Amino acid sequence: MALPERRRWVGNRVLATLLIAAVASVVLLPFASLSPNRLVSGQPVMLWQALAGWQLAAFALIGLLLLVAALAGPLPRRLALWLSLGATLPLLALDLQALGAYAHGALADASPAARVSQGATFWILLFASALIAIDALQRLRLGPAGRALYGVAALAVIGVCFSGELLSPLSIMREFANQRDNFIDQLVRHLLLVGGALLPALLVGLPLGLLANRRARLRNGLFSVLNVFQTLPSIAVFGLLIAPLSALGRAVPWLGELGVSGIGVAPAIIALVLYSLLPIVRNTYSGLAGVSTGALEAARGMGMTPRQILWRVEIPLALPVILSGLRIVTVQAIGLVVVAALIGAGGFGTFIFQGLGQYAIDLVLLGAIPTIVLAVIADFALQILVSLSRPSGTR
Amino acid sequence: MSGAARSARQWRAASAGNGVLFVLIALLIALTLGMAQLEPLFRALFPDLGNPLYARDSFLNLMLAHIGLVLVSSLISVTIGIAAGLFVTRPVGREFEPMVSSLAAIGQTFPPAAVLAIAVPLAGFGFAPTIIALSLYGLLPVIQNTIAGLGTVPQTTLEAARGNGMSRWQILRRVELPLAMRVIIAGIRVSVIINIGTATIGSTVGAKSLGTPLIAGLVGNNLAYVIQGALLVGLLAIVTDLLFERLERRYSFGGQA
Repeated sequence: MALPERRRWVGNRVLATLLIAAVASVVLLPFASLSPNRLVSGQPVMLWQALAGWQLAAFALIGLLLLVAALAGPLPRRLALWLSLGATLPLLALDLQALGAYAHGALADASPAARVSQGATFWILLFASALIAIDALQRLRLGPAGRALYGVAALAVIGVCFSGELLSPLSIMREFANQRDNFIDQLVRHLLLVGGALLPALLVGLPLGLLANRRARLRNGLFSVLNVFQTLPSIAVFGLLIAPLSALGRAVPWLGELGVSGIGVAPAIIALVLYSLLPIVRNTYSGLAGVSTGALEAARGMGMTPRQILWRVEIPLALPVILSGLRIVTVQAIGLVVVAALIGAGGFGTFIFQGLGQYAIDLVLLGAIPTIVLAVIADFALQILVSLSRPSGTR
Repeated sequence: MSGAARSARQWRAASAGNGVLFVLIALLIALTLGMAQLEPLFRALFPDLGNPLYARDSFLNLMLAHIGLVLVSSLISVTIGIAAGLFVTRPVGREFEPMVSSLAAIGQTFPPAAVLAIAVPLAGFGFAPTIIALSLYGLLPVIQNTIAGLGTVPQTTLEAARGNGMSRWQILRRVELPLAMRVIIAGIRVSVIINIGTATIGSTVGAKSLGTPLIAGLVGNNLAYVIQGALLVGLLAIVTDLLFERLERRYSFGGQA
């Protein structure tokens, strides 16, 4: 069965592919762009035009180290992986530092309206270093602790780059400086909307999941009704809630005073709860259904009451599945709140849609990038929570 | 006897499902073609509005534009997604499997609306950024389910096929793909449903879709427009989902149903 062994030059083809893509983007795509003001599209600036000699040398050195790590011959396998993992941090730092340093230099003797923005190569190098790290972490089979440690190190590098004045001349950072207070407000609002939807969704969804587990008759009908909400486009649900809610706010004055009206927070929260129910109910149901009959019988044999069995056996055993439902719902809600900005609920979506309306790309990115970061962080944190909730021995 | 009773119940459930589907399809077509006939109704519901019927474009045009956006992007996602899923499950590409799987998982945590917004600086306004965002985003569930579906094919089945002297290509076409098809279609279903929703928001970056009247209504404070757009796009999503459910069921084998 064995194929004839060919001599393999490349030990890590994933790393080699990423390296080729990165080099191609350095050669073909701009690293930054320089424009006379915010409204005019910029002149492309290639990497080698943007950098000082030592920066170019450092990029070349990192590239060379990664090439050595990708080849089959020179290094033992694990050492090559540690080398590629280690090289991603300087690559990340250099990518950010080079952009900041270029912006300082280019804007020093330009008009105050001139702007420097990041280009495709900047993003591709950032992305490539993340992918190289993911590949190395997977191949090294590092556990959650190792992964978290790398994550903290990468965040520290990013934090140091953002803390000083290094990146402040960039166009998007100027936009941020203009919007600082508003940005914090919208961040808080975004998180409040997510939390305000998840709490009622859990309060309703967990009992419904239990009910679905206990009453087989109810299950199919419940799941198909909840599935309809997951299918409907979010903006359509927001839109369809406006008319009944504004009617309700007018008809029942005290509800109106509480803030129930067609636009704003009320329809956003209601829609988010409706979207969140299916994953919570489904995962609660399947978590409970996955508890082995052996465990249940043992509990009964020990003389536990049904209530004790529920709290001490079924829920702890079902917890990882229930929490994975919470993970799905949290990430989903962070994304849906973006759309809720269209009905005036606030959050990061406000920046996105304002920016799209004014063709202000920096404002769009100021909304889009933090939303993505928020979703990825929430996903990562809940993933760790899920793995901690597994009974020891099955982790 | 219980088997007969169950199959009778299933048959009844299936025919009831058929009824619902036909009613919804009829409603979708009728509303798309005849929304204008409902003008008196909207006028009665919203007496304060000067213009209770969206008239800048016909609803048929908007519906076709919406379906066009979703169809083009889904074709791209399905082609690339299945090809990528196949590549990483063959011996040549197996090395890339963990990377592609985790990319597909991480990518799906990105909010679709944020991906759409990021496509604008890359591709400008209009049709192009929407197609790019929809195809990229739709790719991920297809890849994930292609890998998962091919992974469910039992090793013993593959060995039996090999023992029968089937070539790799024959095994792929006659054994692996048919067995994985249900899971792959489930991935396409997720991808298409998300794309129907994201195409609606595509009107904020200048792509014509059923979101156009919806967003115009939200911006211009015209609830009638909002309802007209939302109703049609909601129906479209539900009908599509039901059609996929049917397709999935057709590819289920024996006990998997």
